[in-house]
Amino acid sequence: MTKTLFMFDPKNWEIITATFPSAIWETIYATFISTFFALLIGIPLGVILVVGDKDGIMPLPSWLMKILNVIINLLRSVPFLILMVVVMPLTRLIVGTVVGTVAAMVPLVIASFPYVARVTEGSLREVDVNSIEMARSMGATPFQIITKVLIPESVPSLISNITITLTNVLSYTAMAGALGGGGLGKVAISYGYNRYIYSIMIYAVILLVILVQVIQTVGTRLAIKSDKRLKGNL
Amino acid sequence: MIEIKNISKKFRTEGGDIYALKDVSLNIADGDVYGIIGVSGAGKSTLVRCINMLEKPSEGTVCIDGVDMSLLSEKQLREKRKEIAMIFQGFNLLMQRNCLKNVCFPMELAGINRVEAEKKAIKLLELVGLKDKAYSYPSQLSGGQKQRVAIARALANDPKLLLCDEATSALDPTTTNQILELIREINQKLNITVIVITHQMNVVESICRHVAILDNGVVAEKGPVGEVFSHPKSEATKRLVFPEGSADNLRKSEPDEHIIRLVFNGAKATNTPMIARLALEKGIEANITYASTKSVDDKVYGYMLLGIKRDSNIIAETISYFMQMPDVYAEEVFLDD
Ligand SMILES: Nc1ncnc2c1ncn2[C@@H]1O[C@H](COP(=O)(O)OP(=O)(O)O)[C@@H](O)[C@H]1O
Ligand SMILES: [Mg+2]
Repeated sequence: MTKTLFMFDPKNWEIITATFPSAIWETIYATFISTFFALLIGIPLGVILVVGDKDGIMPLPSWLMKILNVIINLLRSVPFLILMVVVMPLTRLIVGTVVGTVAAMVPLVIASFPYVARVTEGSLREVDVNSIEMARSMGATPFQIITKVLIPESVPSLISNITITLTNVLSYTAMAGALGGGGLGKVAISYGYNRYIYSIMIYAVILLVILVQVIQTVGTRLAIKSDKRLKGNL
Repeated sequence: MIEIKNISKKFRTEGGDIYALKDVSLNIADGDVYGIIGVSGAGKSTLVRCINMLEKPSEGTVCIDGVDMSLLSEKQLREKRKEIAMIFQGFNLLMQRNCLKNVCFPMELAGINRVEAEKKAIKLLELVGLKDKAYSYPSQLSGGQKQRVAIARALANDPKLLLCDEATSALDPTTTNQILELIREINQKLNITVIVITHQMNVVESICRHVAILDNGVVAEKGPVGEVFSHPKSEATKRLVFPEGSADNLRKSEPDEHIIRLVFNGAKATNTPMIARLALEKGIEANITYASTKSVDDKVYGYMLLGIKRDSNIIAETISYFMQMPDVYAEEVFLDD
């Protein structure tokens, strides 16, 4: 058993060349596009969580902030597989189907934008309050404080958090493979679990691990390189 | 002209209401360098933040050039703030921007185009002596250099008023002196009114013309610096001039002694102690009643209180003896007024 698990069977080569290139592409595609939309929704939400706070630069009604917080916490506490099922009607409405890579992107975005909102909130809260005070003393509008102080000053931390989001979404795409999504997750499930060709599953997993490593390494490098507080960069 | 009229500031906290300022009134003339001194927690920062309305006074008004700041809309207030620059203890530079871009920041806020802003920023960096650091990042600068960049930034929108909240408190004595020199220069060359918040006497003595002593949210005393410090009337002022109860000791031990206060702002100390030299050269005997000095790179900073038991001629002679030394300031202090 363990032998067959790792032995390379030439018969599998056909399966690999036929399925892997498109599966890898689908995984990367789903990960990056979903993350993009999650950032598009999550970053502005994270900004609102910070500036709309009662001590923030643009306090919003506290009931509104409470609702926002509850929604974000709720979405974050639902396990991804369950979320996929729950949002199926919405997925069908938007994409027209609930199977395939594009369909999987709907739950992927819904699962990750609340995470992005929270980590963005964290990044922005790290910005020195004295810098905000400085900007206010110079007559900056709240919008200028957001675009010229809060976001630019937290770029390194945002890059780190976007990297983590990407790796999270990548692992979710693999999970989505179990429920009709495409990509490496689907390959692993349909050959490894359904047809007992374990070596294919192992290769798919190894590829996923490599993808996570690459994304994490590049992301960490970028985050460090962008940080002008670190003397080594200057 | 800045008219602060009867302002009070109440903070609501869990432990009850705190009055950070109580009925504070000050008039600051155009072109003045006005010091506001007090211990930590006296309400200095609150007062200076009320001037540009970062903090709204609970009562009273702040008028700048006849404009009541509390009547301005948010938008008008933001415009007004562009004329009121501020520098801080922690410099508050944007860490992800280089110095040039930091100086450009207020001009960006005001919508000045990039090329023009950068041209002006270079000029301002030249004014503060850091043109060669334009493309360096704040993390590459020393504290004094950071404050210079912050000063250049503060000047970017041609302010009429410069607020300095403990601007030198994070700096060593030598750098403090250089920054104060720069602020003095700005006041004189650009005719910008300066308000200096500090807890250090020497800061007020080296650049301010007027001073207000803030004690527990109340103005204990105000007036020209020389007058206030040489005739301390309030308890708060006496605590500043005679630290650690030295006034009481003086009064008890030597009732007929005259007191001279020496201030060292980077005076070159020689091997011969100054007091010994005074005795040798002038034949004047002086007791050191209190001394709080420190030496940095063979320069002395701090104060000394001297007791001299003679008539007013000798006092005058002693004062002029010390006054002719560079970076030393001497004045007679009167215990009971
Ligand atoms: N936002 C605030 N909320 C509650 N209390 C405050 C606030 N800001 C300042 N205070 C209080 O007001 C007093 C004066 O503070 P501050 O003006 O910062 O003093 P200083 O600058 O002279 O050290 C202090 O007792 C401080 O605790
Ligand atoms: Mg303060």
